[in-house]
Amino acid sequence: MGDTPDRSANAGTGGPRVTIGHAGSAGAALSVDVPVTPADRAPDGAGWRGGGGGGGGTGLGGGGALPRRSAFGAERLFQGFTMAAGTMVLVIIVAIAIFLIAKAVPALNANTANFFTFEGWFPNEAQPRFGIGALAFGTVLTSLLALLLAVPVALGIALYLSHYAPRRVGTALGFLIDLLAAVPSVVFGLWGRDFFYGPVQEFSVWLNKYFGWIPIFGGEGPFGRSILLGSLVLAIMVLPIITSLSREVFRQTPTANEEAALALGATKWEMIRTAVLPYGRPGVIGATMLGLGRALGETIALAMTLGIVSNISFNLIENGGNTVAANIANAFGEANDVGRGALIASGLVLFSITLIVNITARAIIYRRREFTESAA
Amino acid sequence: MAKRIDATSVTAYYGGFKAIEDINLTVEPKTVTALIGPSGCGKSTFLRTINRMHEVLPAARVEGKLTIDDQNIYERDVDVTAVRRMIGMVFQRPNPFPTMSIFDNVVAGLRLNGVRKKSVLEDAAERALKSANLWDEVKDRLGKPGAGLSGGQQQRLCIARTIAVEPQVVLMDEPCSALDPISTLAIEDLMFKLKDRYTIIIVTHNMQQAARVSDRTAFFSIEQTGDPGRLIEYDDTQKIFSNPSVKKTEDYITGRFG
Amino acid sequence: MTTTMTPAPPSAAPGQSPQLRTRKLPVVASLGIAVAAVVLAAALVYGAGIGGTALVVALAVVFYLVGLFAASNAVEGRRQARNRTWSALIHSAFVLALLPLASVTWTLVSKGIERLDGDFFGSSMNNIGARDPNGGAYHAIVGTLEQVGVATLITVPLGIACAIYIVEYGRGRFAFTIRFFVDVMTGIPSIVAGLFVLAFWILIVSPYFNDGRPGYSGFAASLALSVLMLPTIVRSTEEMLRLVPAPLREGSYALGIPKWKTILRIVLPTALPGIVTGVMLAVARAAGETAPVLLVAGGGAAINFNPFENNQSSLALFVYQQAGDASRYAPARAWAAALTLVALVLVLTIAAKLLARRNRFSR
Repeated sequence: MGDTPDRSANAGTGGPRVTIGHAGSAGAALSVDVPVTPADRAPDGAGWRGGGGGGGGTGLGGGGALPRRSAFGAERLFQGFTMAAGTMVLVIIVAIAIFLIAKAVPALNANTANFFTFEGWFPNEAQPRFGIGALAFGTVLTSLLALLLAVPVALGIALYLSHYAPRRVGTALGFLIDLLAAVPSVVFGLWGRDFFYGPVQEFSVWLNKYFGWIPIFGGEGPFGRSILLGSLVLAIMVLPIITSLSREVFRQTPTANEEAALALGATKWEMIRTAVLPYGRPGVIGATMLGLGRALGETIALAMTLGIVSNISFNLIENGGNTVAANIANAFGEANDVGRGALIASGLVLFSITLIVNITARAIIYRRREFTESAA
Repeated sequence: MAKRIDATSVTAYYGGFKAIEDINLTVEPKTVTALIGPSGCGKSTFLRTINRMHEVLPAARVEGKLTIDDQNIYERDVDVTAVRRMIGMVFQRPNPFPTMSIFDNVVAGLRLNGVRKKSVLEDAAERALKSANLWDEVKDRLGKPGAGLSGGQQQRLCIARTIAVEPQVVLMDEPCSALDPISTLAIEDLMFKLKDRYTIIIVTHNMQQAARVSDRTAFFSIEQTGDPGRLIEYDDTQKIFSNPSVKKTEDYITGRFG
Repeated sequence: MTTTMTPAPPSAAPGQSPQLRTRKLPVVASLGIAVAAVVLAAALVYGAGIGGTALVVALAVVFYLVGLFAASNAVEGRRQARNRTWSALIHSAFVLALLPLASVTWTLVSKGIERLDGDFFGSSMNNIGARDPNGGAYHAIVGTLEQVGVATLITVPLGIACAIYIVEYGRGRFAFTIRFFVDVMTGIPSIVAGLFVLAFWILIVSPYFNDGRPGYSGFAASLALSVLMLPTIVRSTEEMLRLVPAPLREGSYALGIPKWKTILRIVLPTALPGIVTGVMLAVARAAGETAPVLLVAGGGAAINFNPFENNQSSLALFVYQQAGDASRYAPARAWAAALTLVALVLVLTIAAKLLARRNRFSR
């Protein structure tokens, strides 16, 4: 927090900018601070609506020279405060990186294995050995699989809500999907562990029986608490996010373009393919990236549904699988000093990955926003 | 290529609101017909009933009979997409597909019809753009986005897109209202040229434009707000603007109301 | 498609009147295809003995789509066939999504209702052994309310001030950067927020006033939740501030009221309902977070009213811990807590959305 005073000093340099801003607005001259305290000029409550404020104003205009802006007025203070708050966002993001690094470095130094390639996670031993390899692999595998399952369905629902369902039905069902997004992840985890585990296990046994010759469905069992279960639960969790963002962009398709396609003799699907999908594509990509960000960072639901085995395996149905985030939740309880540092180091990796994914997603969405604003 | 259009007691609704009532009118092939009248009189609504675009809006429906060369387009087993392919439409605001290049915009309709061969598409695009008087301006940048053109060029691009699928009838819904005078002139020139091949129906607020480009003029009006629009008078443009037979038409074109 | 590759589209063949009428696939035909698909799937699955009901349904859907496409292609042509098949696919995507929603709701209510009694809300897990069927979430509810409450107290002023800076004062690149990173911040995983507070507060700051030992506390959880709530509140406040009409501000400036006062007295009150909505959504999200609380509040079985000292639990953490507990009575407690948590979160979310909707209509 030592950063805060530094930053608020910046508020001073921000001052001239605001004058520019004022010059552009209608009340430029009058909004300059004057020796009379603002409270004196503006009567409390709704007084500004009446003539009272105006009366004060005429008194101001009578003098010879205009009053000077005071150096430390309430305006400056307030502005400085808001700027400090804005800066806090950047400070927090930088602080996350700094503190994670600070606590990760000692553990990484104590590590006797290669952090990036070693598959196991034994940081609590006298000779700590831990590596991010298997965890990162598991994180990426579950997330990609979840997206693979969720994105087509999400796009289908989004199109249904924006273009197929009757307006009222679409609104109501969209609301329902939004509620699904609000359900805490621990509830999905519990559901996946206590209920969904059953059907998935049966399905896994069935897959193994008939498709066991494909390596990803092979293995001797036991099945169930697997990458497949984790990915399915994860898919259900990212579904509402991708759906509601995609629905928004599909809805924003200009009616003029939809009508142009229809007037050319397009069927409904052709209209969607010609006008809606190309228009919404950047938004859908952005939404998918955000879903990916969420999937990569999901902790509790995966900690409760995966088999928590740190190895690199493409087998989807055998008990196993682990992710960076789930490992933190599971291994935190018995972690010693180095163990905590090791977990923080893995969190740092997760932070970097999600940061990159999120920045990319936002950049795509921002570019699209500018594009549509200029087109409008 | 051009078709004769017969409307028999066409009535259109938006939900519970009756927008036009009992429109009877015949449009001859290879003519330009202008629909004029005050705002909200239902001329655009009527235009949209001709290629069944009216029913795209939620809760909108049409009653009555509308035949194109003796085929009623509102019969039950009629394919809406076939109707719209035969009767093209140009909208009030230029609406090229923002994500497509100029070329892709022009051939969008052909692609929908399953035409894939590049040479065929290129020929068709060149032909349509030439017909729309746009070829010389865009031939060097067919791959650039259509949204980068000026408003008038965009509107001619939309006309090219419409005629690329070789419709029989072209409907234009105030095609010049968003354009400057020079672009407007270019579009009017284009209408003269297209008249040789297509039946054109144009909705316009600009009476000079109606007088300049059309052969026949239909005047629509409403009694008061909330009433359905009706066809007041339909005659040769010359007659309507020089010697209208209904008092209301005269009041409108001389600027006494509307 | 090669048949349609003629210079002019098929409908405009010269000298020939285009055919407007088409044959349409009757509704009965779609129904017939559906029935046939189910029968075929059932015969195949049960005949060969390769699966159960689920497989029949899945195969029936595939058969239906294929059959629909084939029939429509034969009667109406390829374009209509595509249109129909995609439409069917889009509808089935929707039905597919309703299944987990219904399943989660049903499981939650049917399993959660069992232990939803006075004892559950009135007692903690203190001195509850593996063989005790009772025990409750009182301490967890206290924890959730306190942690989220403190986090709200921290975040609301900060978030609103940040939004004011972005909308009212910020100019140029710096304000844009802040806005961009607020969006990026919404994507920070909750476990990372937890690790951050662990590294910064628990391991570095708290030992100074805890005799050199790391002190887990509810307040630390509040800090982590604040990191997660801040961007949500900034974004929603920002949107609401932008909706306040400019004439309202200018009218105030023109009366000589300074900008800061205009913002506090006129702009903020106008945007208030929207801001409240945003805060409620953020609170709902924070109340459901498990990972950060697990890392920095430590959990605990006893009631602890003091968020600044000693371990605290929370509802979400309680669910997680009970789910991992070996006691045969633990799952019932986990489900009851999950039901309570979902009820809390949904009430907040629905109230927030209704509030937002009402404001939209009155505007």
